[in-house]
Amino acid sequence: MFVARSIAADHKDLIHDVSFDFHGRRMATCSSDQSVKVWDKSESGDWHCTASWKTHSGSVWRVTWAHPEFGQVLASCSFDRTAAVWEEIVGESNDKLRGQSHWVKRTTLVDSRTSVTDVKFAPKHMGLMLATCSADGVVRIYEAPDVMNLSQWSLQHEISCKLSCSCISWNPSSSRAHSPMIAVGSDDNSPNISAKVQIYEYNENTRKYAKAESLMTVTDPVHDISFAPNLGRSFHILAVATKDVRIFTLKPVRKELTSSGGPTKFEIHIVAQFDNHNSQVWRVSWNITGTVLASSGDDGCVRLWKANYMDNWKCTGILKGNGSPVNGSSSQQGISNASLGSNNPNLQNSLNGSSASRKHS
Amino acid sequence: MEELDGDPTLTFIPGVNSKKRQMCFDWGPGEMLVCETLFKKKEKEEKVPGCPLIYIVRKDIDVYSRILRKLFNESHGIFVGLQKIEEESTGKSRKAQLVRVSKNYRSVIRACMEEMHQVAIAAQDPICGRQYSSQVSILSAMELIWNLCEILFIEVAPAGPLLLHLLDWVRLHVCEMDGLSADVLGSENPNKHENFWNLPGNTQTLTELELKWQHWHEECERHLQDGTFASNPHLESLCKVCRVEIMLGDDNALLEQKELLSNWYHFLVTRLLYSHPTVKPIELHFYAQSSLDLFLGGDSSPEPLDNILMAAFEFDIHQVIKECSIALSNWWFVAHLTDLLDHCKLLHSHNLYFGSNMREFLLLEYASGLFAHHSLWQLGVDYFDHCPELGRVYLELHIERIPLNTEQKALKVLRICERRQMTEQVRSICKILAMKAVCNNRLGSALSWSIRAKDAAFATLVSDRFLKDYCERGSFSDLDLIDNLGPAMMLSDRLTFLGKYREFHRLYGEKRFADAASLLLSLMTSQIAPRSFWMTLLTDALPLLEQKQVIFAAEQTYELMQCLEDLTVGRPEPRKLGGQRSQEDDVETTKVEMLRLALARNLARAIVKEGTLEGS
Repeated sequence: MFVARSIAADHKDLIHDVSFDFHGRRMATCSSDQSVKVWDKSESGDWHCTASWKTHSGSVWRVTWAHPEFGQVLASCSFDRTAAVWEEIVGESNDKLRGQSHWVKRTTLVDSRTSVTDVKFAPKHMGLMLATCSADGVVRIYEAPDVMNLSQWSLQHEISCKLSCSCISWNPSSSRAHSPMIAVGSDDNSPNISAKVQIYEYNENTRKYAKAESLMTVTDPVHDISFAPNLGRSFHILAVATKDVRIFTLKPVRKELTSSGGPTKFEIHIVAQFDNHNSQVWRVSWNITGTVLASSGDDGCVRLWKANYMDNWKCTGILKGNGSPVNGSSSQQGISNASLGSNNPNLQNSLNGSSASRKHS
Repeated sequence: MEELDGDPTLTFIPGVNSKKRQMCFDWGPGEMLVCETLFKKKEKEEKVPGCPLIYIVRKDIDVYSRILRKLFNESHGIFVGLQKIEEESTGKSRKAQLVRVSKNYRSVIRACMEEMHQVAIAAQDPICGRQYSSQVSILSAMELIWNLCEILFIEVAPAGPLLLHLLDWVRLHVCEMDGLSADVLGSENPNKHENFWNLPGNTQTLTELELKWQHWHEECERHLQDGTFASNPHLESLCKVCRVEIMLGDDNALLEQKELLSNWYHFLVTRLLYSHPTVKPIELHFYAQSSLDLFLGGDSSPEPLDNILMAAFEFDIHQVIKECSIALSNWWFVAHLTDLLDHCKLLHSHNLYFGSNMREFLLLEYASGLFAHHSLWQLGVDYFDHCPELGRVYLELHIERIPLNTEQKALKVLRICERRQMTEQVRSICKILAMKAVCNNRLGSALSWSIRAKDAAFATLVSDRFLKDYCERGSFSDLDLIDNLGPAMMLSDRLTFLGKYREFHRLYGEKRFADAASLLLSLMTSQIAPRSFWMTLLTDALPLLEQKQVIFAAEQTYELMQCLEDLTVGRPEPRKLGGQRSQEDDVETTKVEMLRLALARNLARAIVKEGTLEGS
């Protein structure tokens, strides 16, 4: 891997989240300075900040993009106990010339009594829907029934998890064999040994979300959680960021024909557990094909995990800060160290027929 | 099978202090965002200055190289051609085809190497020059390995010719490396090996070859005696080698001339030439291992390239592929080589259950990397097409992420999806474009995309916008589009109404009043027109009612009156609301009164006309 570009963030305080849009041509950042910034990639590959505005009255923890089928829509959540939905308004041509765009608040979701720790849009096949979770232990699911009128959102479900929530993840599977499903992680620190990951599933009959599983083996605080994209598998893959990185498979157990209509039962297996960070793991996230998992830990590193064709998981890459002082100016030029074997000088050395140790012995 | 532990690659992010801070990140389709953060910050803490930069991190650097792009493009053509080779062809003809494919791949590598070499020489900046040179080395290594695999696995030469192939193999690469490094370093090129390797063509039988060598070495012997080479120490050493070797067949003597031999496989082949020219393939690894050991002499350990070549000499294809996967950061090499070997049915014969899965695994990796590039992704499509298990779903996931900056690109992507019946992707892409168009008030474009998406709901929405526009401005935009809807009009009722309403205007413009009138009426009576639009339609009827000639027949006039009554019956009289009468109410009331009057007059005229005998 290599650093292709660096962009001056220009936030006045700590950045908490960075988020690519669906196509990777726009990004959003949010910060303790209470603002969100949106950046656009030009044809030449340069990134420009096209909007920057105050979004909350507290630190903004997360920012996320809706699927572009719904237009240009962002959601943010904050310490100020609210989550908000924003829509880009196509401005006057003057603005376009100046390279600026406007974002307007469509709604504020004020139901939480504590800091809102995560906000995630549901998979697009469920319509325009999002979930929030809060330190008050409640997951709230909102829906905008009319995608052309984003000021109307209704609270459809409130799921009480009984433990302070830190993260949520929607199961992206659009298969008809899978009901809508959401995983919730808790960073509750109290000494009770309770499962810190819960899985809720939507029931068509009761029209409610009911708890399907708790991962009993995860008893340490959980900071992030992420379902992998489903490539037509019958089972689900879930990554958990806790005191280490863990990957679980959840295999639906075949329902009897006379099913009572309760939530699906799952066979849960742990397929990988990594403590390479040697510290708390704060984020986990899958790439778009679900073949690589990235994790970020207290060791200041981002690690990449991949399964080979034998289904064995290994760390294949590490991103680490080298702490060298930056002169503050951003470089939009590619930092090039182009090579077919960029991290393996050995190959080219051994080809030249001379390893240093041999020739100059 | 033993799991090889390649170490994870380490990438430094400048400016981020990993001792005190952490990093947040996000995946994009082709790259990652990374940024310094502090996960445990409490809300009330002081502002914390830190690394002010957001980083874009990429994996597949090679897709961005202009010269390597040719490699990707041309090898794509070879790959697709290979997939089409008839399954039925067996035996010699098939083998010949496969060897040809292998040679094609190698010539593409060589062409790329040559071009890069030229660029390296011409480079003004020495750092750039060195970078290009190192790329050349790697390409050369790839060709070296591929060539050996071709000889051992595809050509599968039996005992005699095997050595000849290996001789060619070493000669080609040793001379080449000398030549290349000489060019770059600008030093004299003794090309000391040229004479040594100056073999006649490969059509010799082994006996002929041996005779020739015998003669050559007698010559050497004579020259040495005469002191002909006294002035050229290199040639003199060479002669000594030959003489010693032929007389003693001694590996050790050869070893003493190590400086003449660039590496252990050069040594190996030389050895075989002198001592064991009829070496059989299964014996190769024995000599290879000892050559390696002798040459390294315990001073150093084998390097990646050595391991790869050794695995090849041991005919351990899977090991070759594994080692290559680790040593090379780009999947191009292992993906194409493995695919070719799979076509040679070599992966199956090793009797490992994941034989064909490995091919697919590597092709999926390679093709995924191509999708990070704004135009190379098109090559990736064909690779996915030839991955029977997961190719389709990978294509679905990747193709919907392609940014649709231009209409041309969008149409290209859609054609690819449509040809493969990827209906959900077609719908989604069209929806994204329709939405973008609506937000930018490009209603015609939005309507086209909605129709292509077969999205009735969105078509209705856009039609409503058109109608609203018409009411506000009195004219239609995008007339061409609406006039030529054709059967697409049926997608939604509102769209049908839009099309028919526009048709009404056209008929009126062509002065086909009777047809226009019938159409107008039918729009209301068939309930296709939304109620909210009826007032507009009735108002449109006014000019037709006020014409000199009678256009609406009596029956039709009755129906129009009925429509008007249906429309007004629900409305409360303004006065009854008790509030003040607004200007709008006034206008409405006036309109209704005018309509009633016009309808009544028309009715009268129609009755009279119909009661009168025509043309007497």
